[in-house]
Amino acid sequence: MWLWFHKLASPPHAYRLLGKMAPWFGWPALILILTATWWGLFKVPPDYQQGDAFRILYVHAPSAWMSMFTYVVMAVAAAVGLIWRIKLAHAASAACAPIGASFTFLALATGSIWGKPMWGTWWVWDARLTSELLLLFLYLGYMALRASFDEAQRADRASAVLAIVGVINVPIIHYSVQWWTTLHQPASVTKMGKPSIAAVMLVPLFLMIAGFQLYFGWAISRRLRGEILRRERNAGWLKEAS
Amino acid sequence: MKRTPIFEAARLVFQRDLTLAWRRWDEVTQPLIFYVVVTTMFPLATTPDLAQLRVISGGVVWVAALLSSLLALEALFRSDVEDGTTEQWVLSGQPLGWLLLSKVAAHWMLTGLPLVVMSPIVGTALGLPFNAWGTLVISLLLGTGTLSILGGIGAALTVGVRRGSVLLSLLVLPLAMPLLIFGARSVGMVMDGESPAGPLQLLAAIFFMALSLGPLAMSAAIRISVEN
Repeated sequence: MWLWFHKLASPPHAYRLLGKMAPWFGWPALILILTATWWGLFKVPPDYQQGDAFRILYVHAPSAWMSMFTYVVMAVAAAVGLIWRIKLAHAASAACAPIGASFTFLALATGSIWGKPMWGTWWVWDARLTSELLLLFLYLGYMALRASFDEAQRADRASAVLAIVGVINVPIIHYSVQWWTTLHQPASVTKMGKPSIAAVMLVPLFLMIAGFQLYFGWAISRRLRGEILRRERNAGWLKEAS
Repeated sequence: MKRTPIFEAARLVFQRDLTLAWRRWDEVTQPLIFYVVVTTMFPLATTPDLAQLRVISGGVVWVAALLSSLLALEALFRSDVEDGTTEQWVLSGQPLGWLLLSKVAAHWMLTGLPLVVMSPIVGTALGLPFNAWGTLVISLLLGTGTLSILGGIGAALTVGVRRGSVLLSLLVLPLAMPLLIFGARSVGMVMDGESPAGPLQLLAAIFFMALSLGPLAMSAAIRISVEN
């Protein structure tokens, strides 16, 4: 009954499955992102305080969310790989890292662009911005550690330990606006009680987050396929298939 | 055959490290000299005015202590992995995390503790007032202790990697940033006349978390390093 689950750890099976799944992630992602962009830019009324400049929220908030989401996925995949010694889990963890680093960079850059006209500064060393920057350093450190080993197994397991040690940063980022007084505004959506953002502004935000999540699914499918190809380049199944 | 009790095993590891360091004590003083040199660079680079330096003195002392500790951390496990001692620890049947913690404790005594002892002197050279000495020492005690454990994890992961010292810094410094923030803030707060209890308590909490979970990560990392 669980054969379908156990087969997921097999590289050739996963390779085929990911190849079939990728367009099912990719096209809906594109449609959702384009829809949410059009909606956020044109349909949503301007904010009473920030005017039209707030619309960068529709890129900034989803990328920040995805940066943390990707790190958790990376850490969980690393833990699975360490505990059950599944090489594909390590491959998935490796595939997540550049995607997560890009999301983190995007969140920092869009936040900075938003900050200059709105709050008067490109950067401030408050708890949330600093911990998000730390997340970028953790991603870069993870990729650097991976690259420094020649043997795949040691690279996998060492970077897995690093990913798990660094996961403590993710709740710090999330709760930083609650625990400290920061320039970054407190949570409007992921908190107890009603969201403190107008419903008409919330819908494109959710659409964009859904689009980004599907984009992540597409990106990870593509990257993981590439990772499988790289690791299994001498394997029999690949030589037969090509 | 009787198994060595764990406190005895820890004591043996601890003593071995101290003895080895005693024979090469110039390696122990090098991070300390680096510490003094780095702190000297700041007044040369910014301003000789003590009133202005005072504002950043806590932070500079902390950053210099972090960087000096990092210098010493790269060699933490290197010689043990090279001559096979770590393999013997893994095979010994003793709890690996406990032995590694003992080694890290010896390392801290040889590198972290001298830094903490020097820190009031170095801070005063940067204009640090006397009333901040206590907070500086306590924050650095907790901070260097935590850094030794975090650095132990990093050193265990990167042992044997070519040019591992830069990679080690890249891995350990982001994890050490909260320490730096709270430590420097505590000194800044006491200089402003506020109570530094908040950041010091957070430093202590981080230290105890590192003390309890660090050996787990270190032993996992060491096992990975010696397996191949």
